[in-house]
Amino acid sequence: MSKDSAKGGFWKRLVSHQMFIPLVALILLAVINLVHDPSFFKITLGTNNAGFPVLSGSLITILDYGSELAILAIGMTLVTAASGGQDISVGATIAIAGSAMLRVLCGGDSRPDALAAPIIVGFIVACLAGMACGAFNGMLVAYFKIQPMIATLILFTAGRSIAAWINNNELPIVPDPKFGYFGSFIPGIPIPTTVFIAAACIIVIALVLRFTNLGLYTQAVGINESSSRLNGINPNFIKFITFVILGLCVAVAALIKVSRLSTINYSVIAKDIEMDAILAVALGGNSLAGGKFNMWASILGAYIIQFLTTTLYKFNVSSDALAAYKAVVVIILVVVSAPVFRDAISKLTKRKAKTQKEVG
Amino acid sequence: MKKKLLSVLLTGVVAAGMLAGCGQTAAAPAATEAAAPAATEAAAPAAEPAAEPAATEEAEAEAPAASGELIKVGIINNDPNESGYRTANDADLKAMFTEENGYDASFAYSLKNDEQIAAAQKFIQDEVDYLLLSAADTAGWDSVLQDANDAGINVILFDRTIDADPSLYVASIVSDMDKEGENAVNWLADQGLDEYDIIHIQGVMGSAAQQGRTKAVDDKCAAEDNWNLVEQQTAEWNAEKAQQIVQSVIDSGKKFNVIYAENDDMAKGAVAALDAAGITHGVNGDVIVMGFDCNEWALEELLDGDWNFDQQCNPFQASYIDEIIKKLQNGETISEKVIVMDEKGFDASDITQDDVDTYGI
Repeated sequence: MSKDSAKGGFWKRLVSHQMFIPLVALILLAVINLVHDPSFFKITLGTNNAGFPVLSGSLITILDYGSELAILAIGMTLVTAASGGQDISVGATIAIAGSAMLRVLCGGDSRPDALAAPIIVGFIVACLAGMACGAFNGMLVAYFKIQPMIATLILFTAGRSIAAWINNNELPIVPDPKFGYFGSFIPGIPIPTTVFIAAACIIVIALVLRFTNLGLYTQAVGINESSSRLNGINPNFIKFITFVILGLCVAVAALIKVSRLSTINYSVIAKDIEMDAILAVALGGNSLAGGKFNMWASILGAYIIQFLTTTLYKFNVSSDALAAYKAVVVIILVVVSAPVFRDAISKLTKRKAKTQKEVG
Repeated sequence: MKKKLLSVLLTGVVAAGMLAGCGQTAAAPAATEAAAPAATEAAAPAAEPAAEPAATEEAEAEAPAASGELIKVGIINNDPNESGYRTANDADLKAMFTEENGYDASFAYSLKNDEQIAAAQKFIQDEVDYLLLSAADTAGWDSVLQDANDAGINVILFDRTIDADPSLYVASIVSDMDKEGENAVNWLADQGLDEYDIIHIQGVMGSAAQQGRTKAVDDKCAAEDNWNLVEQQTAEWNAEKAQQIVQSVIDSGKKFNVIYAENDDMAKGAVAALDAAGITHGVNGDVIVMGFDCNEWALEELLDGDWNFDQQCNPFQASYIDEIIKKLQNGETISEKVIVMDEKGFDASDITQDDVDTYGI
């Protein structure tokens, strides 16, 4: 295999590299924007209505709004690698975790005058709620051998109703402006807080992958479950734990989402975000059938999707048509990574090489 | 074994779903619960008539129909979980159609037309006197309403109209979305700006509210030279999407001075983007902010001067329905088939705390 790619030379190695697809997509988007309107890349320092300095510009917007997606992509990559399927309930579980957080912070009162509990307590409860949802999904997938998409369909359907039930169908508003910092700016710091939160999550997962066997075990389970069992890994537990980790990612994303407006709307919060998270994994060149993964490519994929979204808004594409554009990207990616297509391509290149040899 | 466990688990999930379902209705029954003690209070003196005859008389005066002649109504509504509007609507109906008001009411909720039709058939079998309906979809109601008419049941539509022969229902109590939009646009025209550069954030495309509220803006922008749409986008009633849309307009450096959001949530999202970019809004601000629906928190924003205008979409149809039923019970005829409710617009400059308490939903 390695011999093959060495023979193919620089170009072939570049094309076959996993980062190739996301980088090409990124460059493509950057060039389109540069041609259309160079001011897309302008970043300005202004002040917000609270009188503090903030950076603004399309690139900052991409980093800001891409954060939740990047965080979700971390968990989704692990779930995809281990179980060979995707969790489609992340949007609904964001509603659940966010609702649980607001229930604690507002103490069941929809219009409290002060916080009923410190923000950190609310966040911990959200983490527990997110991990519980993840554990539920993980249990169905790992121990009951249900297809991940079918298993997570349960929370996908019921999640938003459960979230509404947690708060008695009220829409609480958090009174403390400090809670809003997580989704916007900390006074005095011009960079969006979400960027720091995403960076922290990325550093944590980098350390986990570097210093634990999680990455290795996850890939082993995804590539061949029975041989990993023979090697002393418990595949069920690995699958289970990846869903729990995704649950934690969901809780962090929920903190950002809820904080952006200091309130929640169960039916629309994080709507269709599961589609974007799965797309981020696919765009990163990771196989949706599980096995080997590249975490950095997924995270890059997440920011590229936000880049695409922001670009489409910039081009005045109607926002209900965004999903259609993303669907086109998904179709292209899935077709490109399909074995049939790959075989055809490799046959084509082989034949070309052959004829070249003959000519030579 | 595994199959067994799975079935137990799925049962658990279904049960959890039901619990969630109970939770949704739990918000509204507050009204019913409040009514229940009143009823028991009325019943208690009846057990001891000698002790406090005055109280018994009072209770009887208040509940004339309590003697067993309750009017049976079947109410088919959309899921109260759908929006703040729907929650307020459901709570209003529950507060009106109680036993001490002389009603025996059953409720059915669904966002799906076929389930609503099934509920209507059940109510017809139960021989209700009145069928109140807020249809999920405008089509497909002819045959079931014909059945209702054949059974001598009066059908009253509320909140939404349907595509059926008007002879099939006795009255229809609706919001006029076109008028709501015109109200808002007229208010905006009265502000006397030199240029109107509008960011128009739309609801879910095709919904009656979106169509009515959009039409007014489109017409005005087509008619007037100094009215321009800087951006017209649907945010699908979603605050986050509205925030991103406004953010992208700000990033592109286009000038605007009006945010016309077709509901309060989206106006809130838009304002979050303005705040982050340091653009002032509201009374004395650079940008005029307009919303719809009159949520309580939105009216408070008006009171604080952070927004400029909010147009009501009246969810309180119960008193209108009550009036119609009373008329029909007395043998009167209904002169107007379509009743359009009064809907006010609120201006930040003259809104009062009383308005917030009365009209906030």
